[in-house]
Amino acid sequence: MTAVDEPSDARLEGRPRSVAHRLAAARQRARLIFRLQAALVWFIVITFIVGGLYLGGRLEPDWIADNAPYILGGIWITVVVSISSIALAVVLALLGALGRISTSPIWYGLASLYVSLVRGTPLLVQIFIIFFALPQVGIVLPPIPSGIIALAFNYGAYMTEIFRAGIQAVPPGQQEAARALGMPERLVFRRIVVPQAMRIVVPAIGNEFIAMIKDSSLVSIITVQELLWRARAVGTRDARTISAFLVAALVYWVLTIIFSYFQERLERTLRRSDR
Amino acid sequence: MTADPTDDTARHQADAALAPKPPAHVGEVIIAVEGVHKYFGENHVLRGVDLEVRRREAVMLIGPSGSGKTTLLRCINFLEEPTMGAVEIDGLRVMADPFRERDKQHQELIRQIRLRAGMLFQEFNLFPHMTVLQNLIEAPVRVRGIRTDEAVAIADGFLEKVGLSDKRNEYPSRLSGGQKQRAAIARALCMEPKVLMFDEPTSALDPELIGEVLKVMEDLAHDGTTMIVVTHEMHFAQDAADRVIFMEDGRIVEQGPPEQVLDEPRVERTRQFLRRFLDT
Repeated sequence: MTAVDEPSDARLEGRPRSVAHRLAAARQRARLIFRLQAALVWFIVITFIVGGLYLGGRLEPDWIADNAPYILGGIWITVVVSISSIALAVVLALLGALGRISTSPIWYGLASLYVSLVRGTPLLVQIFIIFFALPQVGIVLPPIPSGIIALAFNYGAYMTEIFRAGIQAVPPGQQEAARALGMPERLVFRRIVVPQAMRIVVPAIGNEFIAMIKDSSLVSIITVQELLWRARAVGTRDARTISAFLVAALVYWVLTIIFSYFQERLERTLRRSDR
Repeated sequence: MTADPTDDTARHQADAALAPKPPAHVGEVIIAVEGVHKYFGENHVLRGVDLEVRRREAVMLIGPSGSGKTTLLRCINFLEEPTMGAVEIDGLRVMADPFRERDKQHQELIRQIRLRAGMLFQEFNLFPHMTVLQNLIEAPVRVRGIRTDEAVAIADGFLEKVGLSDKRNEYPSRLSGGQKQRAAIARALCMEPKVLMFDEPTSALDPELIGEVLKVMEDLAHDGTTMIVVTHEMHFAQDAADRVIFMEDGRIVEQGPPEQVLDEPRVERTRQFLRRFLDT
């Protein structure tokens, strides 16, 4: 039997401090190598797909160069529709959440009906109802407002639950302390609960916004001339659907990566500011 | 247990549960708890508690966990609505009325009671989204309608008293547990309540931080602040209490000056509790 606790390895020599330093450096190097390898996997897969399409004559750079400006022009509409919809959805969700925690059967009933109805039906059906069905009862809305209303209505229902959960995630001790100071219920809610709930739900709203950018493509169906609508228009016109839709997909991908980056930074600052 | 008049222990216990003669420095009765019962579902947590506290009196509640000490405090300011009974603070009497818990009028009475009784919690419950100063002036400005500059002056006075003047613009997350609890005490004082109620104010603190909080509380007691304290700090009770109350199973079992209840308890159950307590 040999002694096992003899430092037989040269790597373990030196002061503990320098061992710790070298260990940290080695770990960092390993992490970097891992990331580079993962990036290489991305590169290989993408090259394989794009290269295959190109060699097969399905991906035409010249056509893309000619039509990209028109397709990319839809980015603004996509972003504007998404931002307007998320803003309106936040308002709906706040009202919905108030209803969901209300002691009034009327408000609770309305809010729970809203959430149940919207979550129980497809977004596409909601878009159709607002754009194609409402005109039958005399309500005619242009495509973009229809799209915004449909998306906001839909996301507002999901976000109602996020807001409700956020409100309920504020520690009960906070309300007790406020009540013990003699604050009336409305004040407790407005000054103590809501500000803390907001901080809890901001990351989730960011996620919803990113999902919204992608779901906004559904309003292309009601002739809103955003990204997907434009890609489909030129792609089908010239029988270049693969090139057209790949461009659209790539743009959505880049958009979500950009907003994810901002959302991560926002989350980090929120986490750093107290608590 | 039935009270048999010939049974010596039982008679002893009945005497022990009665309020003793008040010490000289205390004033008239300012808080009266009358026949308070509290059920949590089927669980009978308070079984008819009567308690009178006098102005400038420091009362410490001790007893095993689950004996109802905390619930009693929370029933006094109606954070828990008692199932039965009444609470009177500084001339305002409110009957428990669990059926009208949401009733506007009843809620307003409860709010008036809460304005008279400040409360400190085990977990401090400072508002994390406000600085220390904002924590202190929030209720004075928005509830009592005091002008902001006046409220700030009052707050600064109490911050100095608890030794936190240099932390007035910090957020609670930057304070130690002891500093948080002292800030919470200053916040309660800013409402100028008739009584301060402490619910195990040092139980969530690291041992080395307990002293600074107890010191503030002791100063308050010496300055004649009326207070009711639920505590496990027997040395603190010994030093700062005018009266110690031992509770068990939702009843007051024994009460009296600390040198009597803590050193020479008359009731066997108090003795058992203290012995177990000192062992651990």
